[in-house]
Amino acid sequence: MIDTSDRSAMRAKFAPPAEKPRHAGMSRRSLLATAALLITTSGATAKVVTKVLPWRPNEAYPVPPVVPGGWLFFTAEEASVVDAIVDRLIPADELGPGAKDSGVTTFIDRQLTGPYGGHDWLYMQGPFSSNPLPTQGLQSPLTPRQQYRQGLAALAAYCKANFGGRGFADLSAEDKDRLLAGMEKGDVKFDGFSSRMLFNAVHANTMEGFFADPIYGGNKDMAGWKLIGFPGVRYDFRDVIDNPNKPYTLPPVGMQGQPAWGVR
Amino acid sequence: MTRRLPRKDVVIVGLGWTGSIMALELCRAGLDVVAIERGPWRDTATDFNIGTAPDELRYAVRHDLFLRTRQETLTMRNNSSQTALPIRRWGSFLPGNGVGGAGSHWNGQTWRFLPDDFRIRSHMIERYGEGIMPEGHQIQDWPMSYDELEPFYDKFEYVAGISGKAGNIKGQIQPGGNPFEGARERDYPTPPMKQGYSQELFTKAAKELGLHPFPRPSANLSTGYTNPYGCSMAPCTYCGFCERFGCSNYSKSSPQTCVLPALVREPNFEARTECEVTKVKLSGDGKMATGVVYVDAIGEEWEQPADLVLLCAYGLFNVRLMLLSGIGKPYDPSTGEGVVGRNYAYQTGSGATAFFDNVNFNPFAAAGSLGAALDDYNSDNFDHGPHGFVGGASITNAYTNGRPIQYRPTPRGTPAWGSAWKKAVRETYQRVTNVGAQGSVMSYRANYLDLDPTYKDPLGRPLMRMTFDYQPNEIKMANWMAERCEAIAKAMGAKTTQINRLNTPWSTVPYQSTHNTGGTVTGNDPRTSVLNRYLQSWDVPNVFVMGASTFPQNAGYNPTGTVGALTYWALDAIQSKYLKSPGALVQQ
Repeated sequence: MIDTSDRSAMRAKFAPPAEKPRHAGMSRRSLLATAALLITTSGATAKVVTKVLPWRPNEAYPVPPVVPGGWLFFTAEEASVVDAIVDRLIPADELGPGAKDSGVTTFIDRQLTGPYGGHDWLYMQGPFSSNPLPTQGLQSPLTPRQQYRQGLAALAAYCKANFGGRGFADLSAEDKDRLLAGMEKGDVKFDGFSSRMLFNAVHANTMEGFFADPIYGGNKDMAGWKLIGFPGVRYDFRDVIDNPNKPYTLPPVGMQGQPAWGVR
Repeated sequence: MTRRLPRKDVVIVGLGWTGSIMALELCRAGLDVVAIERGPWRDTATDFNIGTAPDELRYAVRHDLFLRTRQETLTMRNNSSQTALPIRRWGSFLPGNGVGGAGSHWNGQTWRFLPDDFRIRSHMIERYGEGIMPEGHQIQDWPMSYDELEPFYDKFEYVAGISGKAGNIKGQIQPGGNPFEGARERDYPTPPMKQGYSQELFTKAAKELGLHPFPRPSANLSTGYTNPYGCSMAPCTYCGFCERFGCSNYSKSSPQTCVLPALVREPNFEARTECEVTKVKLSGDGKMATGVVYVDAIGEEWEQPADLVLLCAYGLFNVRLMLLSGIGKPYDPSTGEGVVGRNYAYQTGSGATAFFDNVNFNPFAAAGSLGAALDDYNSDNFDHGPHGFVGGASITNAYTNGRPIQYRPTPRGTPAWGSAWKKAVRETYQRVTNVGAQGSVMSYRANYLDLDPTYKDPLGRPLMRMTFDYQPNEIKMANWMAERCEAIAKAMGAKTTQINRLNTPWSTVPYQSTHNTGGTVTGNDPRTSVLNRYLQSWDVPNVFVMGASTFPQNAGYNPTGTVGALTYWALDAIQSKYLKSPGALVQQ
């Protein structure tokens, strides 16, 4: 029997955001028994490593696999719109499944509930500039969760006003693509929200979900990896280096193995 | 209230490559050493476990191993007329955090700078005259020569087990190696890595063009190896998860694989992790350091007295700690006076993308340092007279990885989404390769580091402000290099090529290079350097500073080989001179 009690603290690192104003996410060793907590001669508490590596077997920090089904962040209405967007960004076609069928909406939903969704690891102190240089990168005070919530509401209002009361999901494929192209360029003006910011968020997260390890809920059946021929996390390609310019024929493998290996 | 701990002989700030090497050697010299590291402890079996390590989203995209900007970041602007804003999400460079530092998640390209790089100012003026020096430059010679550093390059390469092929042993040019390199005493400790199909094409094409390709020196090991500290490494499996990741195979040289297993066995060594040093504490007259002050994981403040203080954090953060501690005069670009923060430099990236028909490059079979390179256009290995710029670039054909969230190139003009994108991304993945030029960046009056007037870290200390842009000299150089790369790409048999010129102005958004240099530069003149030739502070002689912040300007290479050599060089001076007679090793 493996004692896994230490790992609960490490798993908590990937749980929905626990605000840690300082040293965010770095307290996982605090419960480590081996050589970790030492009362020094003058009474100081510090994590101290001396004479032995602070290591015990079976102590890796896995990510909890996403279990599909339901929404943790999105409302059902929001999820149907995100489904409709990602379905146009990476459509199902003769080359294989698209983002919607590959679980990308579930991926985004779960990412938004974690530290990414709140920008928990990022510097979010003000003042926030209203006219940053393009070279200064991310300068918005809005977290991804706020971007989706506000952006999807603005998109819904835009569609209602411009497409006879219909929502995005009900538009024709041509209208969806035209609207998305306008959002991509920033030509479409939503009321109170940057259409480009919403497009960029969904586009980046769609690509992440379609090509990330299936453990995160997207890339179902490794559809993204199969599309381009990425063999996944085999972690040993010495055979490929020894056989240059040959097609690679083995199927991809994820961190949890292959679907054919069955549920673990 | 700050509480005072018992004195140590040596306190080291930061436990990466330079800190761990210093700690091990000084423990073996009989000193009591404490290393204070603001990130967590990390080891291979736990943190780089094979069941969790090859996770592109977690490590490459969400930056799990890196310093979190919430804890510390910099502000940036391109020139001093602009208002700097905080880098809220890392992009252009990725500072490390935790035990091992950036040395745990680097690619492993381990170069020696060329002999001319160390006296670039004198050399260029001697050969071409003052007229070739760029406007506003502050280029200066290094205070030590390649020949002086050679034994210490050798020492670092043998500790790290570097895989490569010598090009010049004791002045004898070696077939298959880099004929431009400085003379080395002996070959690399392990043979070069295997090369892929793309490198075969590159090597053949380069030779046909009269150039001199060779396998680039690599800290992803070609074979098993046991280093002089008794640490063992295993052969690289070309898994394609190096940069941004820890290595599960014990194949990538790092503090974890090469130093820490020996270091923790030293009874007089202690590491305190998750403790952030807030300043170096000085004596009343400011002429000696009495130790450091740090804040532990629960926010308690401590003073650690020590006789010797070694700043071994990532280069940028060594600069900031010097500024926050008041060691050395801060640089003022308006007068050109002061030294701390002066001569910040970086790296250029340019090149060409090559699209082929009917090939299987298998980009996923890769390693951080796998690749073929050539130095014909680096440093002053070619005649700069017709070109009118200073500097050069190493040119490389390499796959560091084929991880698809970040690596899925398509020809320029391809839509970013939809069926047309899907078709292009599928068709391109296997048949594209890149010829890249990693170029030098000179030092200029206008590029510098100082403390930001507005933005603070969570402890209330000012963030450091980076003012940087590529200057006309670098743009000219990098764009000329891109044309050289395109010529090679065409000679490789590419069906189509795309030239990739230097992106300007410098932006913090796309990843470019974690090769931030300067700010606490080494030199022979205290008016233009923070450190003397032994990396000892001119102002506070019991403070030494390690890392790339010591470079007077940057060369056309990755910095870690030179950082390692400088560490052993400074260590030698500490052991053979300073410990016998503590005080300034160079008189002003």
